[in-house]
Amino acid sequence: MFSYFLRRLILVLPVAFGVSVICFLLVQIAPGDPLTAIMPVDATAEEQAAMRAAYGLDRPLPVQYAIWVGNLAQGDMGRSIATGRPVAGEVFGAVQNSLLLAVSAAVIAFPIGIFLGFLAGYFRDTALDKAVTAVSIAGVSVPNYWLGIVLVIIFSVNLGWLPSMGAGPGGSRDWSWNWEHMRHLVLPAVTLAVVPIGIVARTVRALSGDILSMDFVQALYAKGMSRFDVLIHVGRNAAATALSVMGLQLGYLLGGSILIETVFNWPGSGFLLSNAIFQRDLPLLQGTILVLALFFVAMNLIVDVAQAAIDPRIKRS
Amino acid sequence: MALTETLEPVQTPEARKGYWAGVAQRLARDPVSMLCLAVVAALILAAIFAPYLGLADPYKGSMIARLKPIGTPGHLLGTDEQGRDMLARLIHGGRLTLFIGLMPVVFAFFIGSALGVVAGYVGGRLNTIIMRVVDVFFAFPSVLLAIAISGALGAGIVNSLVSLTIVFVPPITRVAEAVTSGVRSLDYIDAARATGASALTVIRVHVIGNVLSPIFVYATSLTSVCMILAAGLSFLGIGVRPPEPEWGLMLNTLRSAIYVNPWLSALPGVMIFVTSLCLNLLSDGVRSAMNVRD
Repeated sequence: MFSYFLRRLILVLPVAFGVSVICFLLVQIAPGDPLTAIMPVDATAEEQAAMRAAYGLDRPLPVQYAIWVGNLAQGDMGRSIATGRPVAGEVFGAVQNSLLLAVSAAVIAFPIGIFLGFLAGYFRDTALDKAVTAVSIAGVSVPNYWLGIVLVIIFSVNLGWLPSMGAGPGGSRDWSWNWEHMRHLVLPAVTLAVVPIGIVARTVRALSGDILSMDFVQALYAKGMSRFDVLIHVGRNAAATALSVMGLQLGYLLGGSILIETVFNWPGSGFLLSNAIFQRDLPLLQGTILVLALFFVAMNLIVDVAQAAIDPRIKRS
Repeated sequence: MALTETLEPVQTPEARKGYWAGVAQRLARDPVSMLCLAVVAALILAAIFAPYLGLADPYKGSMIARLKPIGTPGHLLGTDEQGRDMLARLIHGGRLTLFIGLMPVVFAFFIGSALGVVAGYVGGRLNTIIMRVVDVFFAFPSVLLAIAISGALGAGIVNSLVSLTIVFVPPITRVAEAVTSGVRSLDYIDAARATGASALTVIRVHVIGNVLSPIFVYATSLTSVCMILAAGLSFLGIGVRPPEPEWGLMLNTLRSAIYVNPWLSALPGVMIFVTSLCLNLLSDGVRSAMNVRD
């Protein structure tokens, strides 16, 4: 098991390297001089050159990259141009809030998705199956930023039950598990859960349908096993694949929540990202994307290893 | 006599008309796919011919006629926050939304297929280089990658097209490479090579025809995501710039109106939802018509 983990880890390293290169290049493809934001308009050519040298921008790109990665390794992601605060602190604070939102959405989405998918797979080609399939196609087709607005219209504007934005009285820094705060979480988490519900339901439907039609299920019934015990066997066979899909979905929830965070003004990484974009705060943009992408890479690694732990067939292949 | 009658169904029209005609025929028998095809076609035609449909000017606002409700005489679907006719803006909005929502998949289909087929056919070091680069792009959730590139490049139609194309090239390349590697190991490819055919000829004559349909089916399944992402970029303000009518951008600017005229502000999203739903169902229809299993 441990050697499998090491093998996967070695495969992840070049990917992590590539991710850092892409994040580094993001700043390079941005139009305009990164210095224009901080230089006074009347700066002379000598002053500009001095500033360029001070920031290391006169060095060749590979050298700049090496310095950047060296700083990263020491936890230094540079300073935000807009606020002057270290990027690392800003990003980790925001990622915590995003993680809260993503995990809440996952807690809503995964059980519902598994339940619906299993019902559809078990009662294949019935009206129930068709209904679940319709729900899951609608779930993956809906632009969730629009769904968020619709939910705000229904539950905030018309009914007045839930707040439409923010993360509660204390703002971004002060979260606690009481209703005063949690009511702010309901709408964004539900909105974010809709797409994974569709995807998980679709996956579990296909999986459970395929497994139920396998011979061993007939054999289990034939030897007199109860319906419930057979379902446990089916569940164990489906677990590895279902788990990997859900792990990836959790990664997508974290990386893809930016639109939902914008709709609900949720103080997470997406909110930080859109601020960074509009203030042309490139170090902050770079840092946020790097952290989210590396989280996604780590999530993939965890999923791979967990999958192999559940299903020994994967390790051998 | 009886014998010929029983034999007749064997000569199905599909067998005579060729593969694609058969796919079209099977697709035509599926009512859901045909309905979705009709909706998508109607939206595309309405977008293309929008200037000739006798609609109001989508750019002409009115200070006094702002946020008129749905059903106002003269403004069938009401007016937006600047008093512009919603019906005109929704139909004109399809021009940019559908263009930016569909073209990246078309571009990515060609680029990704080319990269994937070359990687899969040539193999070796070239394959390793192409596929490792593709792996790196898979480390980014697609929403994040699109926003990152668009955010760095800045708003604009061309920038949106570029960033969305970059998002969809890696997944298509991966599928194309997998399918091509599968075909590459078949005997008839070896036979073709043994006759002295060049790599280009083998790819053109023997490989392309066998790998294109699975890649095509996969690409159609990406159109709905691409639509949602394209409108999402404009919704965030890093896609199409105002005052152009575009569904995502309209959804964004109308957010300020949700306390005044809530359902009006949800209309552009309905357009995005209907389009992406139809694209998804149509893609499922094409998939089963082509007998591709995933």
